[in-house]
Amino acid sequence: MQKSNSMQSKLAKAKGLGSAHDGTHHWWMQRLTAIAILPLAVWFAGSLVALVGADAGLIASWLSRPWNAILMLLFVCVSLYHGVLGMQVVVEDYVHHAGWKFGMLIGMKLLLWLGWTVTAFSILKIALM
Amino acid sequence: MAPDPQAPKTYPRPLSPHLQIYKPQLTSVLSISHRMTGIALFIGLFVLIAWLYGLAFSPAMFSCLQDILTSFLGRMALLGWTFCLFYHLCNGVRHLLWDAGYGFEIPIAYATGWVVVFGSVGLTLFCWYIAYGERGREFWMGM
Repeated sequence: MQKSNSMQSKLAKAKGLGSAHDGTHHWWMQRLTAIAILPLAVWFAGSLVALVGADAGLIASWLSRPWNAILMLLFVCVSLYHGVLGMQVVVEDYVHHAGWKFGMLIGMKLLLWLGWTVTAFSILKIALM
Repeated sequence: MAPDPQAPKTYPRPLSPHLQIYKPQLTSVLSISHRMTGIALFIGLFVLIAWLYGLAFSPAMFSCLQDILTSFLGRMALLGWTFCLFYHLCNGVRHLLWDAGYGFEIPIAYATGWVVVFGSVGLTLFCWYIAYGERGREFWMGM
């Protein structure tokens, strides 16, 4: 058995989660959401182009079609998650005041849940009416 | 704590040059642009959520948002967001390729960088041409 000078326990080393206790989770989720957004963003851009000049009634009837509602819900929710992961890194890099940093990191998580809920409630209302 | 008389005299440690010392390069400009477009898109998402909320629950809020977004400044913002979306999308693919281990050689990093620049400008113009190709003339004439 090789002698190690590490203070880390063998379990901690095997888990490989590091001092923040979540390892590569943030990195991995950012990539995974990015891959999911690729086709969704192309669909979203194409849809908005097609909807230019449409009034509220036409937009609502477009959004009430099942796959439009599903894809819009996915696009906004996955993008919001991806955005919060990205903004977290921006805040961690550029906001040096501990209180502001902590407050903004918490605030963005709360905003994520609020954004998800408002989006789901709005799209479902249009789709199910 | 009292200073240790035995301690060797210390001098300020050398600092790395700050960012503004360096000449801007394509690679570094694209890197910071990725963050800036990401921040713009994050803000845009909340406009989109407000727009969806208005569509579902508040016709007054929806028509107010439509008025703002179809005004001259609103259209400029939408044009900007279109570019941000395509830029972040194209450069994001470049980042994913780096994550997979491809494209680190300097000439390739520059080549893919230019592809991102021309690709995102091209896609933006393409979208706006499709959206406003015929109607656009009326809109700009009416200004």
